[in-house]
Amino acid sequence: MTTAPPTGRRYRPPAPLGGRRRADGPAGRGLKAAAFLAPALLILGAFTIWPMLSALRLSFTDASGFGEPEFIGLENYVQVFTDPDILNAVTNTALYTVLFTPIAVAAALALALLLNNPRLPFRGFFRTALFVPFVVSFSVAAFAWSYLVDPQVGLLNYWLRGLGIQLGNVLEDPHLAMPMVVLVAVWKLFGFYFVIFLAGLQDIPTSIYEAARMDGAGAWSRLRNVTLPLLSNTMAFVLIFAMIAALQAFDQIYVMTGGGPYGSTQTLVMEIYESGFRKLDIGFASALSYVLLAATLLLSLVQFVFFGRKEKDLA
Amino acid sequence: MRTRLRELRPSTVLATIAFIVVTAIVLLPIAIIVLTAFKPAAEVNAYPPSLLPDAWTLDNLKTVTSELPFARLVGNSFVFAGGVTIFALLFDSLAAYALARLDFTGRRVLLVVIIATLMIPFQATLIPLYQLVADLGWVNTYTGLIAPRAADAFGIFFLRQFFLALPRDIDQAARIDGAGEFRIFWSVLLPNAVPALLTLGLFTFVNNWNDLLWPLVFTTDTEMGTITSGLTQLTGPSGIVPHGVMMAGSLIAILPLVIAFLFIQRRFIENIATTGLK
Repeated sequence: MTTAPPTGRRYRPPAPLGGRRRADGPAGRGLKAAAFLAPALLILGAFTIWPMLSALRLSFTDASGFGEPEFIGLENYVQVFTDPDILNAVTNTALYTVLFTPIAVAAALALALLLNNPRLPFRGFFRTALFVPFVVSFSVAAFAWSYLVDPQVGLLNYWLRGLGIQLGNVLEDPHLAMPMVVLVAVWKLFGFYFVIFLAGLQDIPTSIYEAARMDGAGAWSRLRNVTLPLLSNTMAFVLIFAMIAALQAFDQIYVMTGGGPYGSTQTLVMEIYESGFRKLDIGFASALSYVLLAATLLLSLVQFVFFGRKEKDLA
Repeated sequence: MRTRLRELRPSTVLATIAFIVVTAIVLLPIAIIVLTAFKPAAEVNAYPPSLLPDAWTLDNLKTVTSELPFARLVGNSFVFAGGVTIFALLFDSLAAYALARLDFTGRRVLLVVIIATLMIPFQATLIPLYQLVADLGWVNTYTGLIAPRAADAFGIFFLRQFFLALPRDIDQAARIDGAGEFRIFWSVLLPNAVPALLTLGLFTFVNNWNDLLWPLVFTTDTEMGTITSGLTQLTGPSGIVPHGVMMAGSLIAILPLVIAFLFIQRRFIENIATTGLK
């Protein structure tokens, strides 16, 4: 697929003087490629892959930033799986993922389906407006939403009170704090998924819809039997992105609740940050990192297998 | 246009109303940032709260610029996000060129390794990475902020996909004219990849400008922080947050990005969605 057409290979114009063409043998090609790849590979190797392996080694030690780390076997991992705080953080991260992913993806998909209607006026404006939160940082989003739901002077609280809904102090309420930080994430990220869905929808040829319509398929049936199956690639992509974002939740939680109240918004990455950089329990934090990595890989794999099979079923 | 308006169906009217409502809700936090930034303190803390200020003031902006070394932080953000963007675009496109255009042994394996690193959450590498940066003496330096991000797997993959979609004829022609690989990369492929570079560039810039954990970890000195990490210092441990001041700071933090985005939004959205992401 990537080889040039044979004519292009066989015909070689006379080499310019100086013999640069020497570099065309396999070794020369390898050298050339190495020169192009070197800067990026050096950086990825030094700052991603090496730290990754290093974290694995540290996760079997009692490293604390002082003195020589000692090998302690699986002790950190045992602690990870027995510490009630970690269990709480894992549960919270799972809850966050289970809340965030379907809400953000469903909102993005529903809006993309609605916006795909060519009769809708101001489509360009709506598309741009819904994407704006994606360029706003999580921390700024967190400040703005914290102010909106402030129990005394929050505008949203005030308006909802007018509708008879008493929110109280959302960020101090162990039942509402988690939905609130999830809401901020949905607000910030759904625009990105929305735009990807839009592109996926535009790739579906209109002729398929016409054929379905001729066969008497109604709007619901066209959605179920044409749009959604043909969107499954895009869906897989968006789901993976959304789940990874959820597993790594940190910024808005750090700003809005600091993990509270009563640890109700404490996530895995919050724990990694706290045990690694506040308590300097580096070995333990590294073991936690590997739990996060394993969860990420596992989810990606499940998605891959699930959607891979689905696609085959369709064929 | 006129005929289109006439055949408005009830479903379209409902969809339009739905979009107006959703857009209003989505833009509410942005509106609150902008409007509160110009509200006098008395109004910010008044009950009942209101959306629009009665009187407009620059006090909040003045306060926030005296509380934090704002010019410095915004400057740091530009150096950090801008530096990462420039280096990452250069190094990613070089690597992407090799992966898309050069034939060498181990290319497939390398591609798989690069895609695999995409799956690694950076939080998982954070501690050894911090130690490495500390050992190099790079904590509280621009180098420490920028160097570890001067190339990234996503960018390489994204640009490789874009290069693959460019017709090979264009580099074949340059090759016949005797151009070397670097010339082909620099004067033939890169100019054709401007939309992709622009998109990836803004994406990288936005992500780094907005990143909180990264500057929080690699800078301990307020003077070396970014606007994003600096803002979090305004929320004191006492929990008493001067909302007007926070919103003024937030406005300064989002303004450069929102303006940049509005300028190139059409192209940005289309490219993010269609290039390489599928």
